[in-house]
Amino acid sequence: MSGFDGRVLIVGASASGLAVAETLRREGFAGRLTLVGDEVHPPYDRPPLSKQLLSGEWDKERVALRRSADLEALSADFVLGAAAAGLDAEAGEVFLSDGQRLGYERLVIATGVRPRRLPGQPALVGIHTMRTLEDSLTLSHRLKSCRKLVVVGGGFLGAEIAAVARGLGSAVTLVEPAPAPLAPALGERVGESIADLHRERGVDVRTGVAVREFVANGSHVTGVVLSDGTELPADDVVVAVGSDPNVEWLATSGLHIDNGLVCDEYMEVAENVYASGDVARAYNPLFGEHIRVEHRTHAAEQGMAVARRIMREAAADPFCPVPYFWSDQYDLKIQAYGNLRGHDEVAVVDGQFEGHRFLALYRRGDRVTGVLAMGLPPKVVHGQRKLIAERTEWSSALENVPSPVVVAQ
Amino acid sequence: MRIEVDAPKCVTSGQCVMIAPDVFDQDDDGIVIVLDENPAEGQRGVVEESAAVCPAAAIFVIED
Repeated sequence: MSGFDGRVLIVGASASGLAVAETLRREGFAGRLTLVGDEVHPPYDRPPLSKQLLSGEWDKERVALRRSADLEALSADFVLGAAAAGLDAEAGEVFLSDGQRLGYERLVIATGVRPRRLPGQPALVGIHTMRTLEDSLTLSHRLKSCRKLVVVGGGFLGAEIAAVARGLGSAVTLVEPAPAPLAPALGERVGESIADLHRERGVDVRTGVAVREFVANGSHVTGVVLSDGTELPADDVVVAVGSDPNVEWLATSGLHIDNGLVCDEYMEVAENVYASGDVARAYNPLFGEHIRVEHRTHAAEQGMAVARRIMREAAADPFCPVPYFWSDQYDLKIQAYGNLRGHDEVAVVDGQFEGHRFLALYRRGDRVTGVLAMGLPPKVVHGQRKLIAERTEWSSALENVPSPVVVAQ
Repeated sequence: MRIEVDAPKCVTSGQCVMIAPDVFDQDDDGIVIVLDENPAEGQRGVVEESAAVCPAAAIFVIED
């Protein structure tokens, strides 16, 4: 097969970087391929870190993304345990923290995100974030003896961790500054349903309050003080307040950075430089805006699209994904398609909030831009994807729904 | 080409069913079912894409 056969350097050896590498080889790429990863581990999967690995259901070998034979078959150089420290785009070189310089003809930046910290967050034993294998194993170990856990941040990650910790017997308090967990992404009413689910399972959900300070005994955290003055004692505290893209190493590169690496619908950041995965804020023609997506499925799909663009150049299609994500909360699965943030309206078209089994559509302007299902069979949800892919008008989506419950934002 | 799945890993996203409906299906709980363990060579592209995009890395394409 013809196509590009020069030197490709992929900075980031997680789901998206791996997808680029594998797709390049499948597309017939015969050139030199190098993956750089700041972690020492071969590529592993992150969603189980707040689910099966945290609960102890899986051991750490289970989260490997590929078998070692599959990685060997890639014929790629893996430079692991080395962070990228700088880029000279003119010379076509990336500098690593250990002093190595790696040249490229095509560069793919897939450096992901890292957990955000609270302003003034102290370095105390017992304060956890969740991004790496070590983060998960450390917290998992602690949860075996942790009696009181405070989870700061009621996003998907915080809510999943709260659910797992509750399942392991900890007393859990979930603290969320918004009026409901997940409200910024899913809307207040859907967020309230998720809050109810957690309350029914015994989680103390505190909304509309933030953490003002941490309380410590020596070097170990012993609690938090909330913005309303309440002190919550804790053996451990998880801070899950969102993520920031790993772009600092590119500060002097001249690349366009604005909440991630800004790129077009082909993920081109600059000539011969591409972005992929959580770090990329790519133009999505479906929604008419640049969006940065932190979903596992999107990371792989975008990596595949980048590889095809490198190999086929003009022949490659623009990348127009319908983002998909799922979250496990206790025994219920939340699944969603589309871009739910920034919606104008939510309508429940099937099921009901009570019992936590429902299908909700999200409107932005006059289109359906998101679909979310909670506790419904996966096949029901998949049938709704086309509403977004086909940019269905809101009025026609609701046409045949007998009695939609519309929740204005 | 032979297909193996690690069904307990499946997260029921259904990506594989969308990409390769002749090879994969889902049960009522959404868990992956392999319809054709030894798909024809013509299915290779979609099978490999299904394995690559599977968010649970639960699909393995094995060359015998």
